[in-house]
Amino acid sequence: MMALRKILDNLEPHFTEGGKYKKWYPLYEAIDTFLYRPGSVTSTTAHVRDGMDLKRIMITVWVCTFPAMFFGMWNIGYQANTAIAGGLELTENWRHFFIALFAGNDPSSIWDNFWYGFWHFVPVYAVTFVVGGFWEVLFATVRKHEVNEGFFVTSVLFALICPPSIPLWQVALGITFGVVVGKEIFGGTGKNFLNPALTGRAFLYFAYPAAMSGDEVWTAVDGFSGATPLSLAQDGGVSYMIENGVAWSNAFLGTIQGSMGETSTLLVLLGGLVLVFMGIANWRIVAGVMVGMILSSALLNMVGSETNPLFEVPWYWHLVLGGFAFGMMFMATDPISASMTNLGKWWFGGLIGVMTVLIRVVNPAFPEGIMLAILFANIFSPLIDYYVVKGNIKRRAARVQQA
Amino acid sequence: MFEELLGLFITAIFVENMALAFFLGMCTFLAISKKVDAAVGLGIAVVVVLGITVPVNNLIYALILQEGALSWISEDLAAVDLSFLGYLSYIGVIAALVQIIEMFLDKYVPKLYNALGVFLPLITVNCAILGASLFMVERDYNFSESVVYGLGAGIGWALAIAALAGIREKLKYSDIPPGLRGLGITFIATGLMSLGFMSFSGVQL
Repeated sequence: MMALRKILDNLEPHFTEGGKYKKWYPLYEAIDTFLYRPGSVTSTTAHVRDGMDLKRIMITVWVCTFPAMFFGMWNIGYQANTAIAGGLELTENWRHFFIALFAGNDPSSIWDNFWYGFWHFVPVYAVTFVVGGFWEVLFATVRKHEVNEGFFVTSVLFALICPPSIPLWQVALGITFGVVVGKEIFGGTGKNFLNPALTGRAFLYFAYPAAMSGDEVWTAVDGFSGATPLSLAQDGGVSYMIENGVAWSNAFLGTIQGSMGETSTLLVLLGGLVLVFMGIANWRIVAGVMVGMILSSALLNMVGSETNPLFEVPWYWHLVLGGFAFGMMFMATDPISASMTNLGKWWFGGLIGVMTVLIRVVNPAFPEGIMLAILFANIFSPLIDYYVVKGNIKRRAARVQQA
Repeated sequence: MFEELLGLFITAIFVENMALAFFLGMCTFLAISKKVDAAVGLGIAVVVVLGITVPVNNLIYALILQEGALSWISEDLAAVDLSFLGYLSYIGVIAALVQIIEMFLDKYVPKLYNALGVFLPLITVNCAILGASLFMVERDYNFSESVVYGLGAGIGWALAIAALAGIREKLKYSDIPPGLRGLGITFIATGLMSLGFMSFSGVQL
């Protein structure tokens, strides 16, 4: 390991002021600080010293998505291989060439499923990483800021919320929009007001609705068509969903169709709870989302509707369906686009919870709501903060006058 | 009846948001959104203007301008169609009302009056205001619907400008490329906000 450090140290003069490759400093810095601790430390007094910095926060979030990611790969394969076992023909493409090299198509074999999913998730993630990374480095070089680890999080979250059959050029387009318009034109990580991964995803959602929603995109086999649990619920409520073989435990464990990393509520909650316990994801936001979701679904359960069976879906089903858990744990808790104040975080979370249920239930155009709900709440989070701060000022001013 | 009106109200605020779904009233929307306080003040002014002008214009349309509307005076006038005077009358009502609000604010809330500056009289030519009246005519709203629609459209616009002002106050700390500073980034922010509001598109109430 010391040899690597030595190489980096020897290279450093070329990239700093006066060096030949001064322009490429952000790239050097990114590689250096990814491998080693940043050299700059606080040296004067009156600072809180803590091992936790932005770099470690971002990498922790990245690692915490792993359980959901690996399960997601298995599930992609499981869904697809089940469909193939049901008699669907495989079409020739490069993915299947690699899949057939080392594995078959047996839905009961863990390896077959995983390998099938691997070749569907990893290309998407690789495209996200390369294309998004290209923009990140380009902006960092031209605008002379550092390449930030925030991109690790953006890229993995973006890849995990894509449907498994998404064409790779759409992945490239989506992450480009997310990184450039959602983040970089505002000055990079920490200066944007929307979650970049969600911005890219929403852009794709409205630009290419056929590839991002419907019954055909959630299982990675050509020609497969099967309604997702949420659209089953739209047709006939919970009982219809159970009749069609989606039990609550399926949805909770994640053996249902869905976006690549969103299906397993259990593993998403596991990763999310680690984040909450480490203090990276704020528990107030998570609690706010849950409270908002439970209250609004309870209200809709009470109101009831004769024409819309979604009114009767109880809260514990809302929790396990679609990307609710993933959005709540990983997207809503993005510290940059969420509200900053403690009270504001409750309101922010509550708004997401309520909006998710409303979009799912009331809006027939979109079966899934959490991603759009989070974007919507992102828009209002600065305003929420403004009024919370103003309220605090008013209360304290009154206290001073009393004393 | 009540459910229909509630549906119309929510549609006017969110689904058919004046600023973010129709992009009406953009000049004031972009100009007065630097500070939350001023934006909220203008938003309230727009809610008041819309809440009064749309019902008043509805009465004018229903009782005077519409074809056959004058038949309540005498049967001879049943064939008269004055709807070509629509624009003139609507804008007249709006202008008069804005003038009254301006005098009111000048006297009682001078701080807000100064903050709004020239944009208060400019509400007169704000397309969101005239647009709401024209939508009202086009969609054949009756009087109670027009009250609800006017208030809803106003609240939706006020909500949008308040949110944009909040975002712009936050963007003060951003590092925006020099060419985009000011209006450029505001346009982009407005577009992104409208992306967030698209979650409502398709809602039928």
